[in-house]
Amino acid sequence: MYAQMITAEASDEDPKLLEEFQARIDRDEKIEPKDWMPMAYRKTLIRQIGQHAHSEVVGQLPEGNWITRAPTLERKAILLAKVQDEAGHGLYLYSAAETLGVSRDELVELLHEGKMKYSSIFNYPTLNWADIGAVGWLVDGAAIVNQVALQRTSYGPYSRAMIRICKEESFHARQGYHAIMQMAFGTPAQKAMAQDAVNRLWFPAIMMFGPSDSESVHSEQSMTWKIKVRSNDDLRQQFVDQTIPQIEYLGLDLPDPGIKWNEERGHYDYSDPDWTEFFNVIKGKGPCNVDRLNDRTNAWEDGAWVRDGLLAHGRKKAAARTAAE
Amino acid sequence: MSKEWPLWEVFIRGQHGLSHRHVGSLHAPDAEMAIKNARDVYTRRNEGVSIWVVEAQHIAASSPEEKGPLYEPSNSKVYRHPTFFDIPEEVGHM
Repeated sequence: MYAQMITAEASDEDPKLLEEFQARIDRDEKIEPKDWMPMAYRKTLIRQIGQHAHSEVVGQLPEGNWITRAPTLERKAILLAKVQDEAGHGLYLYSAAETLGVSRDELVELLHEGKMKYSSIFNYPTLNWADIGAVGWLVDGAAIVNQVALQRTSYGPYSRAMIRICKEESFHARQGYHAIMQMAFGTPAQKAMAQDAVNRLWFPAIMMFGPSDSESVHSEQSMTWKIKVRSNDDLRQQFVDQTIPQIEYLGLDLPDPGIKWNEERGHYDYSDPDWTEFFNVIKGKGPCNVDRLNDRTNAWEDGAWVRDGLLAHGRKKAAARTAAE
Repeated sequence: MSKEWPLWEVFIRGQHGLSHRHVGSLHAPDAEMAIKNARDVYTRRNEGVSIWVVEAQHIAASSPEEKGPLYEPSNSKVYRHPTFFDIPEEVGHM
């Protein structure tokens, strides 16, 4: 998802403390910043929340790409508001991570040094306006499935950030679907563009949930600690099931001949995405990895003088106020 | 000296008549920018009519380990709750 392939380590701390901690988790008590927690719980959360925050921020890039070229003033205003929301979501998540004893700047630097990741999905390009609609509808749609589940995560600040984000996120999915709807019901050329966007983005979207549970043995500890609440396959299935009626309404097709209602399971069957591609993207070999990281690093470095100047001004004013007292 | 902007805690009054409530935190170089940023981050959908910000380092907090001794007095004084006292029905609502 927005945080993929996060592995939790086992812990070798005081068994009694660990047992009490697990009992709190099992009672669905939220863990708050100053409470005792296993070091591995803290580290896993920092990585997961940090990666989630980075995804929100890097996710602004493929969409920001189309702000100046939106087809109407209204679509432009909507896209601006959405991209601004993503910046806010990044901030909520960085704030949640900071309660665990890491600073936002440290996390940003780890990202820029390539030591932290963001979601694989944002390494795919947005080639035309239809992609912007498809990203809102499918990518944010997939994110919502994950984030609704994470509202029940065991760490209080993370859970609260998720609740806040979910409240704002459904606007994102709906505006995307609305944009695609207009194209799907437009001219044949517009409909073809919408279909092309779905063809390219469908498999990357379902990859967001991460590899199949049978492959990711490491998620077990995260599930026990309720850092993760539902399994990758479970979340992916929900996303597939909810998307089929949406695509049918549009009169478009999914690029997967394996989609079929399975009466016995009560779910749609679907084909696996190409996991080799997923691992390549994660390793930095996706179509846009280099550009995304360059854009982030440049924004950070080009903005340094503004941050430094404002901080110097703030300190000068504070010093003047102290002197006057 | 750190080049990171200080951390501020943000409190918002949702509507007139309600108290300010903690909504989250943000980084800002000074109080004025903290309020502007809080406006942009925490009130994009009419969530507030008033904003307080305070630098996180100025907040003093109780520690979770003191939970027992800190709150014990309220557990042991059940007579503070009105339901402790049985009042005859005949006297009406009290």
